[in-house]
Amino acid sequence: MIHKPLATTAASALALAMTIGTTTAHADEPIRIGVLATLEGVFAASGQDGMRGFDMAVDRFDGEVAGREIQVYRASSDASPDSALSAARRLVENDEVDILIGPLSGSEGIAVKNYAHEQPQVTFLNGSSAAQETTLDNPAENFFRFSTEGVQWQAGLGTYVYEEKGYERVAILAEDYSFPYAQIMGFMTEFCDLGGTVAEKMFVPLETRDYSSVIARMPQDIDAIYTVMGGSDILNFLEQYQQMGGEAPLIGGSIAVDQTILSAEGPDRDYLIGTPTSGPLADDWDDPEFVAWQERYQEMFPDGLGSPGLFAHAYYVNTLAALTALEEVGGELGDGHEALRDALQNLELDTPTGVVQVDHNRQAIADIFITEVSSDGEGGLYNRVVGVVEGVNQTLGFPEEEFLANGFAARDNPPVEECQ
Amino acid sequence: MASVLDETPRTNDGTLARLVRSLRWYYVAMIAFLLIYPLITGGFWTVQIGAQTLILGTIALSLMLLAGYGGMVSLSQLTIAGLAGYMIAVFGGASGGLGLGWPPFVAIPMAIAVATLFATLVGVISVRTEGIYTIMITLAVGMAFYFFVLQNREIFNAFDGFAGLRPPLVLGINMREANNFYFFCLAIAGFGYCLVLYLSRAPFGLALQAVRDNPRRMRALGFNIQAHRVAAHALAGFLAALGGMLLVWMNGQISPGSVGIAPLISILIIAILGGIRHPVGPFIGALIFVLLDNFAMQLIGGDRFNTVIGLIFLVIVLFSPDGVLGLWKMFRNRLRRQPQDSVESRTE
Repeated sequence: MIHKPLATTAASALALAMTIGTTTAHADEPIRIGVLATLEGVFAASGQDGMRGFDMAVDRFDGEVAGREIQVYRASSDASPDSALSAARRLVENDEVDILIGPLSGSEGIAVKNYAHEQPQVTFLNGSSAAQETTLDNPAENFFRFSTEGVQWQAGLGTYVYEEKGYERVAILAEDYSFPYAQIMGFMTEFCDLGGTVAEKMFVPLETRDYSSVIARMPQDIDAIYTVMGGSDILNFLEQYQQMGGEAPLIGGSIAVDQTILSAEGPDRDYLIGTPTSGPLADDWDDPEFVAWQERYQEMFPDGLGSPGLFAHAYYVNTLAALTALEEVGGELGDGHEALRDALQNLELDTPTGVVQVDHNRQAIADIFITEVSSDGEGGLYNRVVGVVEGVNQTLGFPEEEFLANGFAARDNPPVEECQ
Repeated sequence: MASVLDETPRTNDGTLARLVRSLRWYYVAMIAFLLIYPLITGGFWTVQIGAQTLILGTIALSLMLLAGYGGMVSLSQLTIAGLAGYMIAVFGGASGGLGLGWPPFVAIPMAIAVATLFATLVGVISVRTEGIYTIMITLAVGMAFYFFVLQNREIFNAFDGFAGLRPPLVLGINMREANNFYFFCLAIAGFGYCLVLYLSRAPFGLALQAVRDNPRRMRALGFNIQAHRVAAHALAGFLAALGGMLLVWMNGQISPGSVGIAPLISILIIAILGGIRHPVGPFIGALIFVLLDNFAMQLIGGDRFNTVIGLIFLVIVLFSPDGVLGLWKMFRNRLRRQPQDSVESRTE
């Protein structure tokens, strides 16, 4: 009698366990789509925006594709690969999703791609993760990325600052992890080819608060500082750099001068005017399709960001790709998703930021926007589009063998010595 | 714990015979259930729920040993587990040519040894403090370790950490296979459970509990209380290191996020939730934690799932300071009262 509860628990656990694994997909059943974003921790706001992008794509299809209802399963990570993996396992192995969309950040992406190798029956599409290795190093047959990655995001920036801004010698200051390495590679490839030189590469640990030693070491004979940092790091650096009398203009990485930085309090923001950067979208892009998408976002999410961010964009594009391809094949998921994957491979996807296709590694070829921080005349700052680089691929236009011969982006790759 | 002590006949015959006699039917049922569990469930339930519960339970068990028997609440148990995981990557090698690439039979014992040594050091530092100060000092150790691995590139590979970590082949058995991995975790967790249960009655464990209850008297009796506490830290560190080894193999990777403040506190939550009076507590706590962590989002959806997790924890701790174990005891006592009064005349 005393032990009854334990026995009942065991029995119900057994019963529960037995019901799992009895469901299989049929043509008239709903399509199960899992979405994984970071809804906990420091990137929670980004994860929410990613979810908004996902919801917009599902909404565009009115919640059904090829006559089959879309059943959405959500999961959250805290931006660590451990938690992303754990959430992906739940979606795939417990909720038995057909398609998984996510995750949000770079190292999570590599973890999920590795997991995709183990789960060939599921088709994975990226969320907004942007590590180079995800699709370039041991890519998974069933992992598609219709969004661009860190190296691609800086395409055109090196050319722009060399030719338009006239910067010939820069110092690089970056946070010490994989995303900045990739961005630096994208920047240096063009900048150094044109004849620009890099005086020094300086790395600071994430969440550095004191930049005095870095600023003291900053070379004097430079035209600009290329800063690949984000969040509080760039704000702290900027404040201390100004206090110590620094005057060199900045060039920004893709997350260095986003709207959160531009709207941060402080008298130093005007210093940022004229800072060029590049990335997968730009707030004031006046293409009608982009404007319509932006308005739809504002309409659907009155309490969202003023304009859809990088994360909403990436999740939207990837989800849109999945749904468009599903529609094309009439929701057919037989033969290990063969038809769906063919459709994805050959898709010419119309997105708010131009046509996107994937290459043989299932990595997006898409347009990149070059922007410059400008004043809106009312005290606010925004990123003004100054150029669009069309059809940027993962190897930045180089033949793949030549590009790969240089190795993956790393702390000391590309080496600074070859660019001095 | 008290009930286990009381129900065991105090005879002087061999340990094995005593063990067999103390086996109740629900132990047998539980063991049988744990053994057939992976055979009736799929990969997700085997690894993600089953193995993860056992792994987190083992790490929380090390905290239960310190807090329950020694009265020392340490927040750095996950740090020690994380160090063991990191050392497995550093000594044994990880993807991308990182690490030293030593063979597993050298790398794994070395990793466990380094983590145990570190736990001993933490013990040496923290045993002179009491109560909340122990918590503070071990929290400081945990945070220092987190920022160190985040910013140290030479050894710990900074933000990126190590990936591609897989259990080695042991005697030709593929530990990467879900069921084998589960049984391996079960073996380690079972070992830890029995060790801690044994300790509760071994001279060392009894001395440790006495130190917890009255350090001054123990000192007057000639016991070296600091040495007992440091030894408890070393032993708990060893258990945590075993858990850390399993954790890193389950996740296949380790990075600063694995040893950040959130997982650090999770271990404390697991131990408190389950109860720190008996070694089964941490495993119960881990099961609840893992289930909530995986399914809370389906219960409520949207952005508020963490609120649900928090509320459930709050309710359990509010109604029973001793965690689920305390609830169970309360429930049992209430059930027992009626039949006992009339039928049995048990003294408790």
